[in-house]
Amino acid sequence: MHQPSSVRDPLVTGGKTIADVSHDISRHVENKPAKLWYAAMAVSLALLAFGVYCMCMLLWHGVGVWGLNKTVGWAWDITNFVWWVGIGHAGTLISAILLLFRQKWRMSINRAAEAMTIFAVICAASFPALHMGRLWVGFYWALPLPNAFGSLWVNFNSPLLWDVFAISTYFTVSLVFWYMGLIPDFATIRDRAVRQGAKTRAAIYNALSFGWSGGAKTWMRYESVALILAGLSTPLVLSVHTIVSFDFATSVIPGWHTTIFPPYFVSGAIFSGFAMVLTLLLVTRKVFKLEDYITIWHIELMNIIIIITGSIVGIAYITELFISWYSQVPYEGYAFYNRIQGPYAWAYWSMMTCNVISPQLFWIKKIRTSIAATFILSIIVNIGMWFERFVIIVTSLHRDYVPSSWTMFHPTLYDVGEFILTIGFFFTAFLLFAKFFPVINMAEVKSILKANSERVTHAETAEKGVPVTTDK
Amino acid sequence: MNADKHFILGVFNDEDVLMDAVKKVRGSGVRIHEVFTPFPVHGLDEALGYRRTRLPIAAFLFGLTGTTLALVMQIWMLGYDWPMIIGGKNFASLPPFIPVTFELTVLLSALGMVATFLIVSDMKPYKWPRQFDVRSTDDKHVIAIDLAVNRGKSKDDLARLLREAGAEEVNEKNFED
Repeated sequence: MHQPSSVRDPLVTGGKTIADVSHDISRHVENKPAKLWYAAMAVSLALLAFGVYCMCMLLWHGVGVWGLNKTVGWAWDITNFVWWVGIGHAGTLISAILLLFRQKWRMSINRAAEAMTIFAVICAASFPALHMGRLWVGFYWALPLPNAFGSLWVNFNSPLLWDVFAISTYFTVSLVFWYMGLIPDFATIRDRAVRQGAKTRAAIYNALSFGWSGGAKTWMRYESVALILAGLSTPLVLSVHTIVSFDFATSVIPGWHTTIFPPYFVSGAIFSGFAMVLTLLLVTRKVFKLEDYITIWHIELMNIIIIITGSIVGIAYITELFISWYSQVPYEGYAFYNRIQGPYAWAYWSMMTCNVISPQLFWIKKIRTSIAATFILSIIVNIGMWFERFVIIVTSLHRDYVPSSWTMFHPTLYDVGEFILTIGFFFTAFLLFAKFFPVINMAEVKSILKANSERVTHAETAEKGVPVTTDK
Repeated sequence: MNADKHFILGVFNDEDVLMDAVKKVRGSGVRIHEVFTPFPVHGLDEALGYRRTRLPIAAFLFGLTGTTLALVMQIWMLGYDWPMIIGGKNFASLPPFIPVTFELTVLLSALGMVATFLIVSDMKPYKWPRQFDVRSTDDKHVIAIDLAVNRGKSKDDLARLLREAGAEEVNEKNFED
């Protein structure tokens, strides 16, 4: 019943056995981390500490410490919010949509991508929360809770409120989906700890695994739950960035009032999310020596998604320009003329170069299968997508209807500091995840090992004899 | 009933051999306690004769609860409890209520289903499962046969049956509870 495919490349290379999978992934949890990990952790914590300082200053003095003014009421904060939410989308796309499409290559990358989603959504949510200035009353402003104003309820007609529900649901469901995937792998680590005699670790990972036994009945239910969660997450992830785009699209601001925003934002989100997945995984793969699990083929497939979504984003930019001319609305026309010609033209053209031109390089096979080129381009795409949000938000606001109120936005130390806060948090959380949680979904990878890498297994095990596993 | 539990375990390396073994063992009239595998083996639930899980129904009902709750909450709050004119629209106009309704449907469906899963599978953080063979979360598949429910067969018969079905090892395991 072995079904090696002669058409497709194997998903896992290096002639790995099932025991090798457990060993290769679990050992990072069991062993002391590398020096590089400590170094990266130190940098992330330093960034986080600076960010926390800036956050405290913001909470103490109020949002006035940011560079916002009467004309530009949204700038870095909402730019960062949309940027982070967008980054999160790749994780759900990989784990849910690719599950529904039965794309088995997702299995080596879904765990890390979902972790990225969760941390990115936390980073995103911090911006609207901090923008309220008074976090402690935020609950009453954002949630339909009885209050002392009568009760004056939240406005369910407002896209900003839809955002609260969308982001919190997205976070919760992603967290549950991710954790469900982790349960069998925690049990693997627990049972290895039992065999190694590490009692504390066994107890901790047993608690984390909810006492997983791996019985056939539990697996049956588990698979059913995973499939339904994927089915729920798929419309959810599309709804989240759609609702984020409603924050802009339902307003009457020229440059925001556009019906193409929902699909344009969703594809932009997936575009930037895959770029961030690549940035993180190329490093993780190298540091943790996971080249056999996250192969060049995986990287190539992700780069292909970047070409597709990058091109959709490019078409959206051009469509916006065309419609602003075709509509013959002077305000709309000026908003876009100002984008490409005005004082923020440098931001517009950086966005165009990073998002539309640079991913087209991936049409060349040599570039999309090169690790160095992919790494550099993934960072360029991340920068480009940050500029996209900045361009949409700030250039549409800074020259409004009355020229006397035209102004520029200048970020202060605290605008930058809040961004650094999220960068520091994101990398700190990811490093902790990489140390304490299995970075690859072991159970899923084991299930595809036989069908997909039989050819390699035979060839390579014949060469090196019996595959070596060090602990038994 | 006997306080001690005695099991005989067949350990398998390969999921396809395991599938055939399950069919063979059940075909010879032996009742299998449970099969433990490191990853989901497709078709094993059917081979073991398990009824399809009704978790999808639970998910649907929780989702329906979410939909109802969201609509009732929004219509009551903005339509009756404190009506306000917003953008000249009806007090309780449906289209703007759809996003929140959708999100709460998904939220309750997902959380409710996962909670149901944990409850019906008796999974909780402070519980140690019965560990028949710790290698069953690594790379071995284990068929566990309860001796108490198979009184017609002797230990040796069962061991021979498992070995003939392709088990790499046959072990015994006792639990005191």
